[in-house]
Formats: sequence, C-alpha cells, structure tokens
Amino acid sequence: MSGFLEIRGLSARLAGTGQRLLRSVDISLPAGSVRGLVGESGAGKSMIGKAVLGVLPKAVEIVEGEILLDEQDLLKVPPAERRRLIGAKAALIPQDPLTALNPSRRIGPQITDRLVDILGWEKARAASRALEVLVEVSIPEPERVMRLYPHELSGGMRQRILIASAFAAEPKLIVADEPTTALDVTVQKQILKLISQLQARHGTALLFVTHDLGVVSKVCDTLSVLYAGKVVEDTTVQRFFAAPQHPYSQALLAATPRHTDPAASLQPVPQAVIDAAMAEVAADDAAWRPQGGAHG
Amino acid sequence: MADTIFQVSDLRVDVPDMTRKPLFGAAPRLEILKGVSFDIARGTVLGIVGGSGSGKTTLGRTLVRLVEPSAGRLLFDGQDITHLSDADMRALRPRIQMIFQDPMSSLNPRLTVGRTIAAPLGAGAGDPRVKAALEQVGLPAAFARRYPHELSGGQRQRVGIARAIAMRPDFILADEIVSGLDVSSQAQVLMLLEQLVVELGLTLVFISHDLSVIRRLCSRVIVLRSGEIVEDAATADLFERPQHAYTRELLDAIPIPDPSVRW
Ligand SMILES: Nc1ncnc2c1ncn2[C@@H]1O[C@H](COP(=O)(O)OP(=O)(O)OP(=O)(O)O)[C@@H](O)[C@H]1O
Ligand SMILES: Nc1ncnc2c1ncn2[C@@H]1O[C@H](COP(=O)(O)OP(=O)(O)OP(=O)(O)O)[C@@H](O)[C@H]1O
Ligand SMILES: [Mg+2]
Ligand SMILES: [Mg+2]
Repeated sequence: MSGFLEIRGLSARLAGTGQRLLRSVDISLPAGSVRGLVGESGAGKSMIGKAVLGVLPKAVEIVEGEILLDEQDLLKVPPAERRRLIGAKAALIPQDPLTALNPSRRIGPQITDRLVDILGWEKARAASRALEVLVEVSIPEPERVMRLYPHELSGGMRQRILIASAFAAEPKLIVADEPTTALDVTVQKQILKLISQLQARHGTALLFVTHDLGVVSKVCDTLSVLYAGKVVEDTTVQRFFAAPQHPYSQALLAATPRHTDPAASLQPVPQAVIDAAMAEVAADDAAWRPQGGAHG
Repeated sequence: MADTIFQVSDLRVDVPDMTRKPLFGAAPRLEILKGVSFDIARGTVLGIVGGSGSGKTTLGRTLVRLVEPSAGRLLFDGQDITHLSDADMRALRPRIQMIFQDPMSSLNPRLTVGRTIAAPLGAGAGDPRVKAALEQVGLPAAFARRYPHELSGGQRQRVGIARAIAMRPDFILADEIVSGLDVSSQAQVLMLLEQLVVELGLTLVFISHDLSVIRRLCSRVIVLRSGEIVEDAATADLFERPQHAYTRELLDAIPIPDPSVRW
C-alpha cells in the first residue's frame, strides 16, 4: 500500500563535513494512520519532520532519496511549488513552543495569518476558525488569549496554541514534534484524545515524534525506532510492546519508567547496546554509495 | 531551622491584566500565586507538580527572584530576599541557579556552547570546568564549539543543565528539564542530579509533569492548582495515598506504556 507520506531511502548530511545525519530512512504513512517516531535525543527525529515540511536548516543537505506527499516527490518540484504544496497539505507542530511563536505579535494574528496568506481565506472567516480551534484545545477565555502576547502564556498554553494552529487549516498530514511534552498529564490526555479524534474525523496522517512510549502505546498504529539517523526497527505498536526486535528497542522499552512500579525506574540504555548499534551504523556507512542526482 | 534553605510564607504574585485595562487608569491585577507557604530542607529534592497554568513556573521564578512577590515573605538561607534589589541579588546569583523550561529561548543564539557555560564562571570557553560539565551531561567535548541552533532539542536542554551545574550552586531550580529527553538521557541526567544532591549537598526544586520522574527523584511533592497548594506530602504518601481529588486525577491520566491497558 502506498502511503499519503512515503519517505524512501532518505539520506542527509551536514554540508561541508560529509557527516551523515539521516541514513537511508524509509517511512510509510497511509492516510488516516498514526506513526510514532522514537529514538535517542539527537537521533534525527526533528530532521525527518523538517525535511518533510521543507524547513531543513541550510547546513543540512539531502543527498538522496524521495519524499512523496500525496504521490508527488517534494524533492523534484521547484521550491515555490513545493512550498505551496506543503502549505496546502501539511502542517508542523514544532518542538520548541516559545521560539516557534513570534514574541512581539499577539496570538490571534499568528494563527490567522497562515489561513489568510496560504489558503486565501477572508480575515473574518480565519478569525472565527481560530476561535473555534482554541476552544477545541481547551484554551480558557479564547477571545482574551487571542489578544495576549506569547510571554503572557504558560508553557503548556503556548503548546496548545501551536496544536490549534496546526489543525486550523485541516491539513492532510501533520508532523507533531513532541506536541505534549510541556503539558501536564491531564491536559496531555485530553489533547491526545482530541488529536486522535480530529485525526480520525479528517483522515489526517500523523507522524508523531515523541520519547514517551506510554503515549506511543495510546495513540500510534505503527512505530519507527531511530538510532543515529537510521531506522533500526519499523513495526506495529502491538508487536513492539509484545516483542521488540532490535536490541536498542528492547533496551528503550526496558528503560521506560512506570510510576506504578518505582523499583523498575528509569535507567540508561546499557553501553554494550549502544556500542553494538554504533557498529551497525558504521558498517552501514562503509557499504553506502550515494546515488547522486540529489538536491536539498 | 538551620537546615532550611528556603522559607516561603504566604507568597503572592499578581500581574497587571492588560486585556482588561481601561483606556485611562491602571489595569486590574491578575492573581497568579494566591498565598503559598512551605519550607525547603537543605540537601533535599522538592517536586512541584500541577496543571498547565497552575503557577509552577511563576513560583519557581519567584523563588530565584526573577519575579518580585507582591506580598508574603521569602527567606534564602535565613536572609530576607523578598524585595532584595537586583544589585543585591547579584551577589547571591552564583549560589542560586536555574534551568528553564524553554531551552532555546534561555540560550544566547550568538554564543557557542562553550562560552555559554563559561560566561557565568567568568572563564573562557577553554576552561576545564566547561569540558567537565559537558561530559557530566553526556555531550561530547566538541560540542563546545557549536551554536544553539546546531543542536537538537534535547541537546540544548543538556547545555542549560551543564551551565547550571558548572557553577556548583547551593540551589538549582529545574523547570521541566527532562521532558524533552529520551528515557535513557533522562536517566543519565537524573543520576547526575541525584549524585550532586548526595555528594555536594545540593538542594533542588524540580518542576515536572512527569510523575514517574517525580517519584524517582523527589523526597517531597507540592501539588499546585490555580496558584494554591492543594497537597504537600512525602513522595511515597502522595503516590500511595493521594488526598486531593486533583492529585488522583493526575495519577490516573498517566499513560501506562502498554497498548492493552485502557486510558
Ligand atoms: N544546524 C545544524 N548543524 C549541525 N548539526 C545539527 C544542526 N541541527 C541539528 N544538528 C544535529 O543533527 C542531529 C539530529 O538532530 P535532531 O534535531 O533531528 O534530533 P532529534 O532526534 O529531534 O533529537 P531531540 O529528541 O533531542 O529533539 C543532532 O545530533 C544535532 O546535533
Ligand atoms: N507576565 C504575565 N502576564 C500575564 N499573565 C501571566 C504572566 N505570566 C504568567 N501568566 C499567567 O499565569 C498563569 C501561571 O503561569 P505559569 O507559567 O506559572 O504556569 P505553569 O504552572 O508553569 O504552567 P505550564 O505547566 O503550562 O508551564 C497562567 O495562567 C499564565 O497565563
Ligand atoms: Mg527533536
Ligand atoms: Mg511552566
């Protein structure tokens, strides 16, 4: 089955150094399904999201591979066309809620601008849609909040603003980069249920970056485990929790804390597992011959 | 009490509510902290939990006097710092460190990681304490030459932690510092903090949404709701015998990592 989002053999490296950041990544995401993306800090989870949204930092170049969005290879269309395609079909819930918002502008226009600029909506329609999505993410007093500046909101409120903003245009794909890390568990639960509902209702494909396996077990259908830019396991959530295959996945699951069981508390992934995964990556790099014809 | 590092009594914070400001005259006040009282024993870890917008960050920022209380009293090591001037606070700064919720906005984008950590020490980026701090938070020494935008979210968070611990402070306020880290990195950071508490007598206030982490790290927990303390208990009691309905609600909302357990 071909997904709404198909990433095939995507490799990226740091310009100038040749250091590989993504290593032949394959990810398939059918419309209406949710894929979790987990892995160590620095493994390249956000890079994958940024590559899909066309917002990679300048220092990172794509060496080879395809990113098919609704069957169109984003890497083969001209930049202006690519921006339009992405703007109409996909949205990002970014990882850093404070820096993602412009500190000197009120919340309201930050939500409505995208609707007006990219989708060409009337201002009034955009404003009423903004109110609607703020209510959906349980922002109290939404009219008032629209008139506030980002620094007047708590971390969790800023994160909900970004979630609301991503859903406002009803995109077909949402890349959510740790969308609930700044939320308390009750709000997290409510927001995740809401994201699942919206996602199911609109048939949105969701790529869900998180380090919380508890969250993965509740909202995802499939899962990619990333280590040093390489997908070391691509599996269903059921299979992952029943029997993770890769040693790094096994260690990750074992290291996950359970508040109900303080004895089995947080522990680091064993050094032997890390060494083995690094060796695997090194062997991979040694065998790798870039195909050429790439672009960023 | 000699072993009390912070004494907080009836602490209140309010801010002008600009959205309700009349055209002429002062804006009405919005109460964020409505009179909170507690002590922190030296060398312990106090957890602060509570809903989004309940006032955790504001309470933390008030403890380290980035925010001035509007009423109440705040003693640090016996000294009244409730209304201490910025100049007088500066003398205490090396002893009181904080690590923020939003790593990107608390790092200067024009400073390399090395200079970020070295600056508060009054040292250069080559100072051995920089390398040691990076190592303690699990970052390669070569990261000293990078800029914040060249780091992943979790790596930035660890730079903030490295900057704080390099100062060898008496007190650290950590606001939601591990929520952006994978579990293995979380474990490393928590082990490091535990070690600093045990070996150097560090006192830590740890704000977190993650109750598994709170359970592991803290000896006592305060539950905040709408700017008020609704529960203040030893950690084991809080988890095994939560008194307040809100605390129970928080515990029930934790996603158990198992797809067969309903949520
Ligand atoms: N502009 C840049 N220049 C150089 N290296 C970079 C740059 N941006 C990111 N990196 C590196 O690329 C790697 C992947 O970063 P990415 O942000 O994708 O990690 P991540 O998996 O999202 O991690 P986290 O869970 O900490 O957010 C990291 O090791 C990071 O240091
Ligand atoms: N400068 C300010 N002006 C107006 N309101 C503010 C200001 N700072 C904070 N607030 C409000 O005070 C309340 C408490 O905010 P605070 O950041 O302390 O919450 P928090 O418990 O840390 O929440 P989170 O878990 O979401 O980070 C929020 O309702 C917030 O909107
Ligand atoms: Mg990231
Ligand atoms: Mg906060």
